[in-house]
Amino acid sequence: MPESEAPVLWMKGIVKRFGKKAANDRTDFDLAAGEVHALLGENGAGKTTLMNILYGLYRPDEGEIQIDGNPVSIRSPHHAMIHGIGMVQQHFTLVPSFSVAENVVLGMKNQPFWNQTKSSRTQFDQLAKKYDLPVPSSAKAWQLSVVEKQRLEILKLLFLSARIIILDEPTAVLTPQESETLFKAIRKMKSEGASIVFISHKLREVMEIADRITVLRQGKVVGTTKKAATRIEQLAQWMVGREVVLKVSDQRVPPKETILHVQGLKATDDRGGNALKGISFDLKQGEILGIAGVGGNGQKELAECLYGLRTPSEGKVLFNGKEITRCSVRKRMHMGIAFIPEDRKSTASCPNLSVSANLMMKRIKHYGIFPNRKRMREKAKILVEQYGISLTSVNQPIKLLSGGNIQKTILARELSSKPSIVIAEHPTRGLDVGAMEFVYNQLIQARNAGTAVLLLAGDLEEIFTVCDRVAVIYEGKIVGYSHPDPSRIEEIGLMMAGAGHDSH
Amino acid sequence: MIHIEKRQILPKGYSILVSVLSIVFALLLMGLILLIFGADPAKAYQELFTWPFFPSMGLQDTVVKMIPLLIISLGLAITFKMKIWNIGGEGQFFMGGMFTTFGALYVFGADQSPWVVIPLLLVFGFLGGAFWASIVAFLKTFLKIDEILVTLMLNYVAMYWVDHLIYGPWKDPRGFNFPLTAVFAQNTRLPRIGSTTIHGGLFLALALVIVVYLLMKRSRWGHELEIIGDNPVAGRYAGFSVRKNIFLTLMISGGLAGLSGSVQLLGVQHRLQRGFSMGYGFTAIIVAWLSKLNPWAMALTSFLFAGLIIGSEQLQIVMRLPVAMVNVLQGLVLLCLLITETLFRYRIRWVSKKTHFDTLDKEAD
Repeated sequence: MPESEAPVLWMKGIVKRFGKKAANDRTDFDLAAGEVHALLGENGAGKTTLMNILYGLYRPDEGEIQIDGNPVSIRSPHHAMIHGIGMVQQHFTLVPSFSVAENVVLGMKNQPFWNQTKSSRTQFDQLAKKYDLPVPSSAKAWQLSVVEKQRLEILKLLFLSARIIILDEPTAVLTPQESETLFKAIRKMKSEGASIVFISHKLREVMEIADRITVLRQGKVVGTTKKAATRIEQLAQWMVGREVVLKVSDQRVPPKETILHVQGLKATDDRGGNALKGISFDLKQGEILGIAGVGGNGQKELAECLYGLRTPSEGKVLFNGKEITRCSVRKRMHMGIAFIPEDRKSTASCPNLSVSANLMMKRIKHYGIFPNRKRMREKAKILVEQYGISLTSVNQPIKLLSGGNIQKTILARELSSKPSIVIAEHPTRGLDVGAMEFVYNQLIQARNAGTAVLLLAGDLEEIFTVCDRVAVIYEGKIVGYSHPDPSRIEEIGLMMAGAGHDSH
Repeated sequence: MIHIEKRQILPKGYSILVSVLSIVFALLLMGLILLIFGADPAKAYQELFTWPFFPSMGLQDTVVKMIPLLIISLGLAITFKMKIWNIGGEGQFFMGGMFTTFGALYVFGADQSPWVVIPLLLVFGFLGGAFWASIVAFLKTFLKIDEILVTLMLNYVAMYWVDHLIYGPWKDPRGFNFPLTAVFAQNTRLPRIGSTTIHGGLFLALALVIVVYLLMKRSRWGHELEIIGDNPVAGRYAGFSVRKNIFLTLMISGGLAGLSGSVQLLGVQHRLQRGFSMGYGFTAIIVAWLSKLNPWAMALTSFLFAGLIIGSEQLQIVMRLPVAMVNVLQGLVLLCLLITETLFRYRIRWVSKKTHFDTLDKEAD
């Protein structure tokens, strides 16, 4: 395959600095015709920055880009498109009020004066069929689901005959089945001669789809390898620079009695739609129950109902046999229900207040009517130490910390109170592997101490890593249970997509 | 190229600098306006800064005017801390005055002990203001109606209520048809300090500085307000009742404005009449803001602003300048304050073209 031919794309010694920090530090990257080259790395490793340079969104400080052996300077996405480079960014770039066809035509280089949306539409439909990426071409872009939007973005690039297609974390928004469809389309594109850059931080899917893999760490290339010549463990080690213990220590205690019993819970979402349609399950002391599901199937509403931020319209929640369905947040806090919300910045913390204030905001009651701020700071310092939060001072506003350290602060606050139940919603979202490991180990430690953990998981890897039991949520209902065993991925995936369940 | 970036941390001493600078800028602009009016700015400023602050001249008047300003601004600061924009201090002041008048004229007799009557009348005033603000709290918490508009508009409703009463049912039968009520009995009057016009309300105001300081900066409740003010969602998440706190803050804030109206009646005017307030409720907004919601600073700032009012009355007499000048100056101070604050929140730098684009890149990232 690639080596014999001249690469389609060659990025040599790319340097891009933001202030003093180099996002890319003499990064090399090349791409052969008809290959899928995965760009793997933790968040902030410089994957997206590198591709944004290629797509003309950033200008590199140093380095050279060659297309088909000719040096080029790419000044804008439009310019990139002229060179046949297209990118599907994480945030889609569609005009919501335009139809699918109009969105496609919008990107055309030489538009005739009279627009030819109609003929383009036929062409587009054929293309969609060829790659098996169905999109209703007469719909407006805002009516499309996330999957369809992504498909439209990809088809747009194919329509404009891009030869180099960059996909930035495309599977982040997909179910396993949808990912499979995407992978088929990628293989088809490959066979048509297109070259694909596949950005990801998920090891499993990279091993599935890529021909070659380049691992970035802190803006530097750690290594480039053919897929056949590597193993998942090696890639993980490259990513974090040490052996990852994502297989977390396993000393589970047999779960004890049920502490939380949820029965037929119904609730609406913020827009009044039915988010929970009669959800029931039991949570036991000393277990981690994973709730698997594609985002937006009621996870957020479930977590909020259990913590008291949302009032269910029907159903019951029993805590140790006592009904708490309508208890206030404060009461539930005193019972020992802790909550790690998905949204660290807008729910779980006060961005402009100090780390100390954020750490102490739930236990300020214990410090009397006129709390001694010095004593609270001392306590905060102890927590900072215990949870290894890196900061310059506990008086620093929390917004100045990194995402990982903000999450550590929240974990410190929620877990240090020795809760009897922890509801963790997407607790590792946006964190790098190191911070993820920390979160997992904390949850497991809590479980081993007898805490019941409800983990509304972001992805299946999370489920397989820490959970003792899996329940699958689909359209506001638990549609089935399974074991957190990677060999069951097919079964869990099908349930997540609603198969075997009559959807309304 | 000019590059503008937001500061993550504000430099130390920022608040004092901003407040001082905005006053300086406002005075410079005011100087221009004075020139346009054909007045000599130097002479005007000399008058403005000596007369109100010397005991032999207007100091007593300044202190008397500072009292209502200070009490209202202390109350406003509590709502501002929670990022509730109560700009209805004026209306709450009027309501406090109205309730107090009702008490003084129709509830208590002239023969009762002032030790009973005065405290109760002050409570009446507090309740009047709190009642007026509770309307806002109700609309805000239950119907999600923005408090800025409601507080602003209720100001006028309160003023018209007072107008209605002093032109109609409460008009002093011996008042030669002027829009004012009868004079309150002697037992309602706040004691004066020595032979001055300064009344006991001063001690009440200063005591409130300490109370509000303790509430806002030292108490658990102040901490709660800070959390809710920064992020109401996090407040709910931490188990605080946002609704309850909106009611509490607005009612305390309105109550203090009402109390202020009460003090003004019992200490100075002894009857409800037109022009009962000189826009204290509005000026207090500037005082609270200029003081960065710090109660100690509010004591100083309200004294300065009271001086401004007294000084410009003096300007009117000595230099024949229109009395509205004081409003112009206050407006300028607020304007300059907002501008300097914004400028300080950002940093303007001269940078190379490259750095400029890079930082834009990073911000877009």
